[in-house]
Amino acid sequence: MAAHVLPFEKPIVELMARIREMREITRLTSQGRSFDTELKRLEEKMARLAREIFSDLTAWQKVQLSRHPNRPHTLDYIETLFTDFQELHGDRRFGDDAAIVGGLARFDGASIVVVGHQKGRGTKANVKRNFGMAHPEGYRKAERLYAMADKFGLPIITFIDTSGAYPGIGAEERGQSEAIGSCLAAMARARVPIVATIIGEGGSGGALALALANCVNVLEFGTYSVISPEGCASILWKENGVAADAAQHLKMTAPDLLRLKVVDSVIDEPVGGAHHDRKAAADLVGAAIRKAMAKLAGLSGEALVEQRYKRFRALGVVKE
Amino acid sequence: MSSQWASPKVTADASKKKSVGKGVFRKCDKCGATMPAEVFEANFEVCPECDQHHKLSAKRWRELLLDEGKLERWDEALVPCDPLEFTDGKRYTDRVAAAQKATGASEAIETGCGAINGEPVAYGAFLFAFMGGSMGSVVGEKIARLFERATEKRLPVVLLQSSGGARMQEGILSLMQMAKTVAALEKLRAAGIPFFSIMLHPTTGGVAASIAFLGDINIAEPGALIGFAGPRVIETTLRQKLPEGFQRSEFLMTHGMVDQIVSRLELRERLTVLLRHLSRR
Repeated sequence: MAAHVLPFEKPIVELMARIREMREITRLTSQGRSFDTELKRLEEKMARLAREIFSDLTAWQKVQLSRHPNRPHTLDYIETLFTDFQELHGDRRFGDDAAIVGGLARFDGASIVVVGHQKGRGTKANVKRNFGMAHPEGYRKAERLYAMADKFGLPIITFIDTSGAYPGIGAEERGQSEAIGSCLAAMARARVPIVATIIGEGGSGGALALALANCVNVLEFGTYSVISPEGCASILWKENGVAADAAQHLKMTAPDLLRLKVVDSVIDEPVGGAHHDRKAAADLVGAAIRKAMAKLAGLSGEALVEQRYKRFRALGVVKE
Repeated sequence: MSSQWASPKVTADASKKKSVGKGVFRKCDKCGATMPAEVFEANFEVCPECDQHHKLSAKRWRELLLDEGKLERWDEALVPCDPLEFTDGKRYTDRVAAAQKATGASEAIETGCGAINGEPVAYGAFLFAFMGGSMGSVVGEKIARLFERATEKRLPVVLLQSSGGARMQEGILSLMQMAKTVAALEKLRAAGIPFFSIMLHPTTGGVAASIAFLGDINIAEPGALIGFAGPRVIETTLRQKLPEGFQRSEFLMTHGMVDQIVSRLELRERLTVLLRHLSRR
């Protein structure tokens, strides 16, 4: 996991490595006791350092964290949080898009439909997953799974992690716009609870197509934006170097999203970020989903549609 | 979204004005035919020589489509705020003020009700001249109310779209307008009332990827640029030149995304026939 280290997480990662090393020695030798105090001291130091560094991150640093190659992805969460996962493939029209995964699973014993963007780890996997950038087939797969959930009365749980829908020739030929629009409509009318979690990048319409939910949560270092900071910079400032500025202006980090009421809550990440402890991150995400589901449990299908409508209807700022 | 503030080459109003001796002459953007300005105006900015559709003002659209050019306006008092306190060298509030001054409009869409050959409709038209017809909170709110009122009054909706997409200066809140407008359209759909989506040049990004393709009838103007990602974004991503005609109305027709391509000059009659087919009265 140490292969990808962002400059600002370096001191933490180094400390973590030393702690790991010491634990290993303690395990292998009988003289473990003598390290106890030193281990404790180091752990405290690391936690303090992590708190210091991570409490003062810039928007751009958070963008980098949201894209961290080691970050847990949708399938990691599925594996930890659900049982009996059955992946369902294809849009029944053209193909199967590996940039979006979905299927049936059990959460706390109850059947649900899960849909999420899937990024790859490593070059080969990323090519297969198209770096989590879906084509129309991906959105049409999501749409049909939403319809299935609606038909069988199963709650929908989604995970958002994409830099955006893929901008390419085939995507345009096969109706990327229509696919995303229809996906949104299917979510709007589903008479079941929908809980969305932004686990990494929430890039534009391609992210929204999985996020028209009754409850939308974001991980502490997740982001959600109408456009990437790079794209924004190249359009407004006509250059790429100022992406860091654009990230600041776009108000795309978790606290901003909470303030703007775009998300309902922010899920804390383990020390050093979700990628340093995937299991702990998944447990925190699971707890947040459980809480959201409990809140929605008593609502009828119609009430769920109405709650969702009112939630999004209220977003935006106008004067009259 | 992502893309389309890279404004496609669109002349602000119509073909280029040019004084040639006495009177004002204009030159067609496509074929170069030079004619007195009145000829273009009388023909609703369609070139009589080559059928090129130039930009038409909101006022002329009303005159073209609505009986007596009359629109009973809704929600004119809605004006934008600056929730992100956004600045890119120029403050968002200044950009809005400049756009209001230049266009005389309060925002990038006008909505209301009127009639087309006696058929009552709820009507909306994007103003591309107002910040590229971009959809921020006000545009989203006005469209949501358009669908809600149309549902309540049982009026078919005719919406003319011409937009670069979501309004970047309102950040994530502009993205939320896509969800809001689609959800409002679902109410209209559930009530069994038709939505006529008219896509003008250009319709891209967040507007294309929300309601534009969800019409019961999707109509495109000839030669309009319509798509999800702007051509510049695609070219940058793929590092290749895009084929001629890519993302134009005819391309969309070939790929099954629009029902019809209709000349501006025939749109009123075409809509009348379609409205009568789908109205249940």
